[in-house]
Amino acid sequence: MFEQFLQVLQDTSIATAIREGETLFPWIECVHVLALTLVIGSIAIVDLRLVGLASRDRGVAQTTASVLPVTWTAFVFAVITGGLLFASNATTYAHNFYFQVKIALIALAGLNMAVYHLFLNQGADAWHTPALTPMRARIVGGLSLCLWIAIAAFGRWIGFTINTPT
Amino acid sequence: MTSQSLDSFCSWLAATSFSQVLQTVGWIIPAVQTVHILAVAAVVAAALMIDLRLLGIRGREQSVAAVAGRFLPFIWWPLPVLLATGSLLIIAEPARSLENPVFILKMGLLLAAAGITLACQIPLRRDAAFWELSAARRRAGQLIACASIPLWVAIICAGRWIAYVQGT
Repeated sequence: MFEQFLQVLQDTSIATAIREGETLFPWIECVHVLALTLVIGSIAIVDLRLVGLASRDRGVAQTTASVLPVTWTAFVFAVITGGLLFASNATTYAHNFYFQVKIALIALAGLNMAVYHLFLNQGADAWHTPALTPMRARIVGGLSLCLWIAIAAFGRWIGFTINTPT
Repeated sequence: MTSQSLDSFCSWLAATSFSQVLQTVGWIIPAVQTVHILAVAAVVAAALMIDLRLLGIRGREQSVAAVAGRFLPFIWWPLPVLLATGSLLIIAEPARSLENPVFILKMGLLLAAAGITLACQIPLRRDAAFWELSAARRRAGQLIACASIPLWVAIICAGRWIAYVQGT
C-alpha cells in the first residue's frame, strides 16, 4: 500500500518533471536550502535566548514574537520544497536511512516545541530580565539546538547516500 | 592566473596527502558541509533580522542600533568558520570550485554582501541613531536592506549550484 503510494507519487507529472529536468531539482534545492537555513537560524535565536547565550537583554516573549513569523514562513517553504524533492524520487528517499532519521528528528523537534508551549512555559512572561531562564526552559532550548543541528546533518547525508550531485 | 597554471595548481592540490585524506574518508565532506550550512544559517538569519528591522517590518519596538548590535556578531563570527570549512571543501575538490564560474560568482556576491553589511554597520558606530535620524536616512537603510536580502539569496543559490555546474 505504502509502496504503491510512493510509486504513484513518483509517477506524477510534476515528480517526473523534477526528476528528468536539468534544472528543476537544483532550483528547488536552492529554495530548500534557503528555507532551512532561515528555519534553523531563526529557531537558534530563540534557543540561544532560552539557554541564556544570547539576547539576554531582551525578553523571551519579545525575542520569540519577532522571530517566529520568519521561522514558520520559512518552514512552510522548506516542507513544500522538501516534499517536491522527495516526490521526484519517493521510492528511493523513503528507504534511505538518513531521510527516515531526519523526518523522525523533525517530529521530535516539533514535539519538544509543543511540550514547551503546552506545559513548560508557565511564567514565561516574567522572563524579560537578563537572569537565566529556569532549567526546564534551558533544557528545551538546548535540546532544540541539538535536534536542528542533527536535522541539518542528516539532511546533508541524504545527498551523499543517494545518487545525486553533492 | 592562466587557466593552465590554475589547472596544474588544482591537480597539485588534489594530489596532496591532506586532500587525499579529505577525499577518501567518507564522512569528512558531508560533516564539513553540515558545519558550513549551519554557519550560513546563522549568517542569513542574522542578516534577515537586521534587514527586516531596517525595513520596519519586524522589531520596531527596538532601535536599529539595538537590533544590529544583537545580530551583527552572528554575521561576522561565523565568517571564519565559513572560510575554514569552505577552504576544506576546496582542498578536497579544487577544480570543482576554483575552476567553476558559479564559485567565482559566489565569492563576488559574498564581497558585495560584506560591503553592504559594513555600509550598515560603520555609520552606527559613529552615531547609534544614524539610520533613524531623518526620512532620507530611513530610506537609505531600507535600500541597504533591499540590496542585502537578494544578495544572501543569490549567495545560497550559487552555493548549491556549484555542485551542478562543471568547472571550465
